[in-house]
Amino acid sequence: MTTTLQTPIFTLMSDFVQTLITALAIGSLYALIALGYTMVYGILKFINFAHSDIVVLGAWSSYTLAVRILPWLGLDPHNPATVPPFWVAAVVMLAAMVLCGVVGFAIERLAYRRLRRAPRLNVLITAIGVSLLLQNVGQLNFVFGASPQKMPALLPSWELASIAFGEGESARRVVIGLIDVVIFSLATTLMLMMQYLVFHTKLGVAMRAVSFNTDNAALMGIPVDRVVSFTFVLGSVLAAAAGFLYVMKYPSMNQPAHAVWVLLGLKAFVAAVIGGIGNVRGAVLGGFVIAFVEQFGAFYISSNYRDVYVFALLIVILLVKPSGLLGSPVREKV
Amino acid sequence: MAKAPNSAQIWTSKTNAAGSASFSDRDSGFVRNTLAGLMPFAVGIAMASLLHFLLPGMVGLYYSRIVTDIGIAIIMAVSLNIVNGMTGQFSIGHAGFMTLGGYMAAFTSYYGSMCLWGNTEIHGGFLGTGEWLFVVSCIVGGLLAAGAGYVVGLPSLRLRGDYLAIVTLGFGEIIRVILQQTGKVIESAEALKTGGLSQMIPPPVGGALGFGGVPKYTNLFWVFTILTVTLVIAYRLKRSSFGRGMISVREDEIAAQAMGVNIARQKVLAFVIAAFFAGIAGGLFAHERGVILSPKDAGFQRSFDYVIMTVLGGRGSITGVMLAAGLLTALPEFLREFEQYRLIVYALLLIFMMLVRPQGLLGIHEIWDLWPRRRTTLPPTASLMHSSTMPSQESKR
Repeated sequence: MTTTLQTPIFTLMSDFVQTLITALAIGSLYALIALGYTMVYGILKFINFAHSDIVVLGAWSSYTLAVRILPWLGLDPHNPATVPPFWVAAVVMLAAMVLCGVVGFAIERLAYRRLRRAPRLNVLITAIGVSLLLQNVGQLNFVFGASPQKMPALLPSWELASIAFGEGESARRVVIGLIDVVIFSLATTLMLMMQYLVFHTKLGVAMRAVSFNTDNAALMGIPVDRVVSFTFVLGSVLAAAAGFLYVMKYPSMNQPAHAVWVLLGLKAFVAAVIGGIGNVRGAVLGGFVIAFVEQFGAFYISSNYRDVYVFALLIVILLVKPSGLLGSPVREKV
Repeated sequence: MAKAPNSAQIWTSKTNAAGSASFSDRDSGFVRNTLAGLMPFAVGIAMASLLHFLLPGMVGLYYSRIVTDIGIAIIMAVSLNIVNGMTGQFSIGHAGFMTLGGYMAAFTSYYGSMCLWGNTEIHGGFLGTGEWLFVVSCIVGGLLAAGAGYVVGLPSLRLRGDYLAIVTLGFGEIIRVILQQTGKVIESAEALKTGGLSQMIPPPVGGALGFGGVPKYTNLFWVFTILTVTLVIAYRLKRSSFGRGMISVREDEIAAQAMGVNIARQKVLAFVIAAFFAGIAGGLFAHERGVILSPKDAGFQRSFDYVIMTVLGGRGSITGVMLAAGLLTALPEFLREFEQYRLIVYALLLIFMMLVRPQGLLGIHEIWDLWPRRRTTLPPTASLMHSSTMPSQESKR
């Protein structure tokens, strides 16, 4: 009698915990991507539209690498039962990070640096151009191709913990998989490293100085060009990690120019804006806020409108507190 | 223009493009002024009729279709140019307005046709009853899009440049997602009558599959007539005191405000006007032969196409944008085998333009400004607008 009465409560609780776990995993990915947006915005004051394409590049290059490495080890990449050794995942991720770092450096060097003094709108249009370029070069047959692929599993599908709600046969179980834990812990580690870098190292001081006032920073002997390049590389490396982790969690990969990727990048940007763009801690906060709104909205209201919630939240935040949750208001100077 | 007013008169002079200022005697010139004002429309409609009756016979249906596409693209690019070029805001959700207007227009003509005649066939010939229903539904679509433009324009009062870009991009995506959730198209008049009002929620416009079965009324005459109206209005807007207010907002918001320009009104109205024409263009697109309107059309890819046209043509230059829209619509048709390189070329073009010639092909000039002319002094707008080649207020941090 008591168990039958309690079942709906268990259902509610298990649904809640399940959504919570997904939101934490996705939120840490959004936060990783948002960090790249927010750092570039903080220093150069423009939205790097191409950042979401760096995420895609990270995802697709790790796919390409994984498909090349696995047969070399004598494993079939298209067999879902294959479990490669742990170092494969690490190598693939590091290689993707290096590649994206190089591409990020090249983009800044070739396109954005010449526009350092140009009106912001011009830089924005250039960023859209770079984004279109990356998307469509990625679609070419001899690059990644235009057909969707399935990422081979690089991590074993272990269940680290299983929480049971209710008793006996009718119990509902919520499973915490290895991938969720890896995403969350890796993302948190990277974010803590970022935090340390920005607030406790000399390079971080230089980054904050350039962000505060580029000309004065240059006068104080800070190599502005090198700091900006470093920021781009750092953001791209984080984006690559996020791209890799994203396809580990959701193995079905869309073609490089697919709307899903652009939306992923856009939501991360929304996260950066909501947290207060230019603010490193704000980006992390925003990433989790966005993920919670999206996941809980999708589960409890309607999953069809999951993108609408995010943009609605963005518009509300921009109208109520345009500088974001943790951002400081900017005063217009004449 | 008989005499260029001096700079102090810029905000009060109401000179327009048709040269009506040359009629100095206001009372007797009223009829002539009106006639002169209507001249561009008459010329445009005459040209549209000529195109409509002669072009298909001369070049065949395939190429007339391309010309129709060019007409629609020009309406879209010129209307986007009112926001992006003249007012200096940055909208990358213009296809959202277009698709919204297109859906509304298709809804009106499809179900209107069903209510009036019981089927969705084409009714009446050239300028027949069916075509008038089509025109009315295009205008209804334009009005709905204009309403949406008002809503999107509101955040532009508080948001600058890139933030606004994101909001407009988000708007297009929201339109796309919402349109995907709509219901199935009602196939017959009987089903429409028996179903009652409840079948209108959600609106039966086809969901993710697209809105099929819309009567295909769009022809060269209507596209180029509406194009004429768009061009004349855009040109007169640019030369009016209101348009100069918009240009001043683009150049320097704070200075414009200090001069008494109501920047909030200028920005929102720019969005409303642009969205209205985009909605009408959407109506034309929805009724075009071989087109099935689908939610995908509201996505950012299509919006980017129009942004590229305005950037390439020159921000604020109507003829430049027309040129770019024509080129970018026609070229892919002739370069079909290089289809997958099309967007790569576009992207490189964008980056190249920004690095080498950020003001676009024609910059702020119209195409006839390039011809040598006898005028010794520059027109007042030119002196105002030349500063756009300088780094504007935005570049200061």
